[in-house]
Amino acid sequence: MIEEPFSTGNSIIHGLDPRVKIIVVALFSVIVAISSRFLALLPALAISLFLVASAKLPIKKVFYRLLLVNGLILFLWFVLPFTYKGRGLFAIGPFIATKEGILLAGQITVKSNAILLTMIALLSTTPIFSLGHAMGQLHFPNKITHLFLFTFRYIHVIYKEYRKLTNAMRVRGFVPRTNMHTYKSYAYLVGMLLVRSYDRAERIHKAMRCRGFNKKYHSLTQFSLKMEDIFCLSLMSAAITGLAVLQWVITT
Amino acid sequence: MGEKMHISEGVLSAPVLVTGAALAVTGISVGLKKMDYEKIPEAAVLSAAFFVASLIHVPMGPSSVHLVLNGINGLLLGWLCFPSILVALALQAILFQFGGITVLGVNTVIMALPGLIGYYVFGRLIKGKNRLLSLAAAFACGFFSVLFSGILVAGALLFTGESFISAAKLILLAHLPVMIIEGIITLFCVAFLKKVKPEILGGVYEKRS
Repeated sequence: MIEEPFSTGNSIIHGLDPRVKIIVVALFSVIVAISSRFLALLPALAISLFLVASAKLPIKKVFYRLLLVNGLILFLWFVLPFTYKGRGLFAIGPFIATKEGILLAGQITVKSNAILLTMIALLSTTPIFSLGHAMGQLHFPNKITHLFLFTFRYIHVIYKEYRKLTNAMRVRGFVPRTNMHTYKSYAYLVGMLLVRSYDRAERIHKAMRCRGFNKKYHSLTQFSLKMEDIFCLSLMSAAITGLAVLQWVITT
Repeated sequence: MGEKMHISEGVLSAPVLVTGAALAVTGISVGLKKMDYEKIPEAAVLSAAFFVASLIHVPMGPSSVHLVLNGINGLLLGWLCFPSILVALALQAILFQFGGITVLGVNTVIMALPGLIGYYVFGRLIKGKNRLLSLAAAFACGFFSVLFSGILVAGALLFTGESFISAAKLILLAHLPVMIIEGIITLFCVAFLKKVKPEILGGVYEKRS
């Protein structure tokens, strides 16, 4: 369930330095998030699609991902066109859709998906551990990087624990329904999960002290900027600057 | 994870994003100050537990809701709930694309601030001897944490633009059943923890000065 389905591959994008990827995603997300013109947003969407294509990701899986995370956007499509004040375009029953509302919903949709696709293309194509080590090398606060790496490390362990507990519940004939018994059982499940994690944390703490943990999470991966990395970084910086020009400089 | 507790990328305006990020940075830096290096692996295991527990879907009539658990997170971790939730949200963004980089600050505040407030307002009552009072406080902690999160989501939308007013109202309304379920779950969970491992309640990994 907690997998990184896009992280393996042999495209150019998979081979890029994770530090470059983090920087590009951050710049791109910020610029697109604060843009508002379609003149800048549509090229941004094109760039993100290009990145997904370059990463050679399975289109179906990417599309499915997008559907899953577009819940809020879909909800906004049901609300914004009918509540935004403006020129009426068409009516469904008593509700009148305005042109301005539809444009706003469209703008948000393009923005959101351009950023999402770029995240899939660049971040999801990197193993989390590499991202963590790259964060360390980019001088993120040390404690954050540690917490990030350790949390990801233990999510799998705790998830196994969780499966054990739910299997035990199922074996005992537990069927979730809308009743107090279900809520109580789930609450105890969460409680047990926390207790086991707490106990495990203590064991881990002791084990790490025995091994002389000195506040450093050593990484065996050495990152080095290759020609491709420098090329991609310059290309993307140019593209992002272009988006900023389209948004703020060009007057229409 | 449902979309109720997360705001997607590309929805909010720049001032709201910046305000969220600034508040998040404040909370996180206090949290990090209070977290010893030695305690990081332990805090991480609990963060992982919350990450996994928030994948649980609880049936509610014909539909289901996923657990938020920011109330219990605050109770157990205190100020450390800020870094813990930040990391969980970052992982969710990378693994499932729920949320993203620019909304990370806002989403962290939406989840962590109510948890922290619950820790200060209800923590002492919950740890207290009076069983009835403690359970009532646990319910209130779960209930109000989600309510406050809902208000923060609605507020973030409202400050982005007045056109979001209906959307914000509907989202707040959608939080109502979740509040009740979170209240119930928090109540039973606290009752369980008090019986099985009472020392876990109350900012376990915060530095004691």
